[in-house]
Amino acid sequence: MTKRNDMTDKTNWSGQRLVSTDYMLFEAPRTKHFMTGSEVLKEAVKRCTVDASVSYPITPQSEAAHLIGELWAEGYVGVYFRGENEFGVMSEVAGCAMAGARTITTTSGPGTLRAMENFPQWSGTRIPCQLVLMARGINSPLTIQPDNLEVSYLLETGCMIWYAENVQELFDMSIAAFTVAEKPDVHVPIVTVVDGFFVSHTREAVMLPDDDIALEPYDPYAAPLPPIDSEMPPGRFLRDPFVMKSNYISYATHASWQWEIRSAVERSRPYAEHFLQGLVHTTGDEDAEVAFVTCGTASSQAKEAQRELTKMGIKSKVIKLRTIRPFPEEELLEAVKGVKYLFVPEFNVVGWLEKEVRMALYKKSDAEIVGGPRVAGGMSMPAEAIIKEVMEKVQPAQGA
Amino acid sequence: MANLGPAYYSPYPTATYEGNLTPPEGKALLLEDIVDEEVAMREVAKIMLTSENATIFPGPQVLYAWNEEAQKKAKIIKEMAEVLNAKMIPMYDYRPKYPKIDPEVEINPNHPNLTIWHNNIKAAIFIGVHCHYANVALKIVRSETDCYTIAMCGLNGHEDAMTTLRDQHSSELEKFVEIAKEVKAELGK
Repeated sequence: MTKRNDMTDKTNWSGQRLVSTDYMLFEAPRTKHFMTGSEVLKEAVKRCTVDASVSYPITPQSEAAHLIGELWAEGYVGVYFRGENEFGVMSEVAGCAMAGARTITTTSGPGTLRAMENFPQWSGTRIPCQLVLMARGINSPLTIQPDNLEVSYLLETGCMIWYAENVQELFDMSIAAFTVAEKPDVHVPIVTVVDGFFVSHTREAVMLPDDDIALEPYDPYAAPLPPIDSEMPPGRFLRDPFVMKSNYISYATHASWQWEIRSAVERSRPYAEHFLQGLVHTTGDEDAEVAFVTCGTASSQAKEAQRELTKMGIKSKVIKLRTIRPFPEEELLEAVKGVKYLFVPEFNVVGWLEKEVRMALYKKSDAEIVGGPRVAGGMSMPAEAIIKEVMEKVQPAQGA
Repeated sequence: MANLGPAYYSPYPTATYEGNLTPPEGKALLLEDIVDEEVAMREVAKIMLTSENATIFPGPQVLYAWNEEAQKKAKIIKEMAEVLNAKMIPMYDYRPKYPKIDPEVEINPNHPNLTIWHNNIKAAIFIGVHCHYANVALKIVRSETDCYTIAMCGLNGHEDAMTTLRDQHSSELEKFVEIAKEVKAELGK
């Protein structure tokens, strides 16, 4: 293992020069590389002055977890260890973060579900840790293939959820994620999602800043809860629980507490707006009557369909949601103005994104919402499937 | 401020769901408006000086001598209480108190309304309370009482208070005390 140095005002323990997130994301010169999502996550973590990472193998995130381990061996990550299982990992992440460490972990599919109890506990204790979720199927019979049904289980955990489309977005988002999650008025966990295999294992061109710079360290004293020490258990409430007190005081606090967690997620909007340069990215014809609302790699496929539809003389646009929590209602509403047909292509059978879109637009938009096409269990989503869905709606007499 | 917004099914109206977020750097939140810090400071001083049983609730960050800044702040807050003719009821810690708290001697984030009801407090400053607990308390106070709440925060502020000042370090608190003295003289209090 590489020898670590003491942290100074200007450099971290691995000797990297400390820089602001704005400099890292928007100003530092970048060079072109060719990497998978797993490899690029290693590069992001390398530049984030990460104190702790806990891992457990599960396809398709195992390689990312392994590569973060290499960073520990190279002296870039403070602490790295393997948990007993995903429940253990997420509990240990909580412990590290409560102790004031900038902490990251990765998981996929069944690992997410095994660890589920921890996620609302993370947000309830206001820890700003990051989970990079490389989404895979969770159904039985088990699949290791990409499918993002698991994201629907995370929607109401009180964690922020961002969704990256490709390798470049994964790099930039996972850096911005720490910064936004650690803002004192936000300070809740963040889940950065990519579609397993399609991003984690696909090599793409990516622009990276030099690796001799890194983010300023996390300051646990600028936190909404007191950091723990030997006399102060996490949040105090773990030693003095009011959970069992069935009286007015108990439920009053619980209600206010839960609203506060949701408020914290809402407060992340202006920060995400800045660091992600918008909660929604729209491409295609601005005045189109056909639109696709997407997240993740469904966006890439919808863009391909959009290009093909243009050749066929049909204007369309792709409205890519970059944050799912907070959900960008206002931005979506603005983007769908003038749209007649709204398609929501998804990599799952239940259409959780379609439900989110319907809730956001209910009685606010006249657009007809079509939940589809949907693929699942590892199927790819060819542009033709999207085009077919569109043609059946906009030119029904001619057939698909 | 206690309008029931989209969160109306909750007993605790939540300012973020009514479109209010913490103020940007250098600014303050006065009800629903982003204003200059000095404007908010003048309004805060006026409200504290003209409200029944105005009270300052100092939290652990200024009650204990964690560092020099905390000690400095504590001294300024004592002076602030004198200038504002305000009482002080401390928030010693954040633990729920059972079987009951003594609302005359302390306030607690889990049942802050009891202290406000018992002492008939019509305006209050929260200062030195860790942000999460301030927010939990402020939502309950806003819902359960008619107390005008003011948050003087060392970090990013609290939109659930009727007025919030952010980045309030000892230099800003000194500035507030000077403004409060001017307002007091203007009001003849």
